[in-house]
Amino acid sequence: MNVRWLRCVVLFIAANLLIGAVVCFAQSDKDQYEYIDISNPFLRKIPLAVPLFKMFKNKNGTGEEKRLSVSSADLLAASLEFTGYFKLIDRGAFLFDPQKDGVLTPQINFANWTVIGAELLITGLFKEAGDNITMELRLFDTFKARRIVGKKYTGKKADQRRMIHRFCSEVIKYLTGKPGVFGSKIAFVSTGSGNKEIYSCAFDGYNPKQVTRNHSISLFPAWSSDRRYLAYTSYKKGKPDLFIKNLAEVQETTIANKGLNITPAWVPGKFELAATLSFSGDQEIYLLTGSGKIIKRLTNIRGIDVSPTWSPDGKKFAFVSNRAGSPQVYVQDLASGKVRRLTYEGNYNTQPNWSPQGDKIAYASVVDGRRNIIVMGFDGRGLLQLTHESGDNEAPAWSPDGSLIAFSSNREGPFRIYVMTAFGTDQRRLLAVTGEQTNPKWSMNDFNN
Amino acid sequence: MQKKKWIFLALVLVIPGLMFSVSCQKKLVDASPEPVAKEEPKEEVVVKEEAPAVYKAPSVIMQEDIYFEFDKATLTPAAQDNLLRKAEWLRENSDTTVTIEGHCDARGTNEYNLALGDRRAESAKAFLVDLGISSSRLTTISYGEERPVCNQQYEECWTKNRRDNFIVN
Repeated sequence: MNVRWLRCVVLFIAANLLIGAVVCFAQSDKDQYEYIDISNPFLRKIPLAVPLFKMFKNKNGTGEEKRLSVSSADLLAASLEFTGYFKLIDRGAFLFDPQKDGVLTPQINFANWTVIGAELLITGLFKEAGDNITMELRLFDTFKARRIVGKKYTGKKADQRRMIHRFCSEVIKYLTGKPGVFGSKIAFVSTGSGNKEIYSCAFDGYNPKQVTRNHSISLFPAWSSDRRYLAYTSYKKGKPDLFIKNLAEVQETTIANKGLNITPAWVPGKFELAATLSFSGDQEIYLLTGSGKIIKRLTNIRGIDVSPTWSPDGKKFAFVSNRAGSPQVYVQDLASGKVRRLTYEGNYNTQPNWSPQGDKIAYASVVDGRRNIIVMGFDGRGLLQLTHESGDNEAPAWSPDGSLIAFSSNREGPFRIYVMTAFGTDQRRLLAVTGEQTNPKWSMNDFNN
Repeated sequence: MQKKKWIFLALVLVIPGLMFSVSCQKKLVDASPEPVAKEEPKEEVVVKEEAPAVYKAPSVIMQEDIYFEFDKATLTPAAQDNLLRKAEWLRENSDTTVTIEGHCDARGTNEYNLALGDRRAESAKAFLVDLGISSSRLTTISYGEERPVCNQQYEECWTKNRRDNFIVN
């Protein structure tokens, strides 16, 4: 009995040492998700005010403390704005000095916020102590004059982004029921080093890092669900082979059948993947183990079968086939092998990507000679073209919560990675690095690596 | 005697092959000289630079690319005509092996294009094997749209990129 208690206490302390919510203020479970309209959450952006944080005990703060406090408030505002759900109210539009108000419900004059249209308000208290920083962050409904989320975080200065993004997750989870994208990454291909290599960055384009150094053509990164493995195609051994990179280690598995070994797609939640191999003389999709052993051949028809993408339950996969004469998107049931054609408009529909919610499939379609991104229902109905008259737009990749789509576009000249909402609004460039960037893939949401 | 046999074999295999090709025979006669004639002067310059080549005259034919229509891996009459001449050279130089590279233009998307390039390389290989060239002498590799010879975005350039490239090893 005692030992079990001790273990609990140790675990609790360990969890708190790693950063994370130390204090959860009481919060009401009522009225959840009333703020964001799920049918089109981007139709009306919620006006949100994020004033600069106050210092604990009303002191002014050292220079470094002040700088960290400002950058934390700015990061919080920018990260929430990234979701597309909010309209950030410019701090210059505030009618009074928020530093004069407190951060708790009774200390806030909500009329100061409702009068400038802010429906949501986030206040912060900030403290620097040696290597550590502490933040108390609160989300308020200004019209109801009520706190709806409140958290306190303590951690190393280097964990500033993680602390802010954990709070963002809490906010978005309260408003939409899902934790959002703040713990996700985006892998992509870049020519920055002179060759096509795989890179990855945070969900918002922060800290892009080169993952492969193959000095060859590397393509089609694919995250495993647990984000421990990145599968990709590379010519580093002279031909297009598949590599499964264990991201924590240097170790890599090679899948080098004769011919093509391309377009890997991990089965959700499993150490298995689908990929196109052409050793039979025909480009067919196979199911492989994570170590490269063929479990079974999934497609079996003369012609090209390529670019598999799994439904979130792993029971179906969509793919591209030219069995009817031109590249079109099909869906196949894994157990029965039954195939259905999904796209009929146009004669070049490729790069399908199944949304993590399961209801939609995004793909690139050639429309009037340019590639554009279209989203359709998983049954092939309800087509919605998301990009228009802005160069070529291709390789759509859903965010883990299905709210955003990353894609590659040459609208400003070279191909770069862009992000937009699932409804095509708020199209913006994700990052600015040298070379051209293509083939983005969004990882699952996870704060632990 | 041997040569006659080869010609006979070529006739037996090629003529049905031509019949299955995309267009009628008349078009074959019209279309074939054009790209070949266009290519030759350029290729000759390259050969002159590499003066000591042993197979000087015939290797010109090996350096010629064959071209494809958009989103197609079927051999055009011009491509078939070109492959006939490549087969002839390969028979005369039976100790050589060849890598056939399949390429695409950048108008499609790169996943599908890798598969299409694979089919383009394989269709040239199959044609040469039908003409009696041992498949063990022919390897294929697809580069999809990853290695264009022309980087502009207009039809003339796309046409040049939709090709099979032959490398004599």
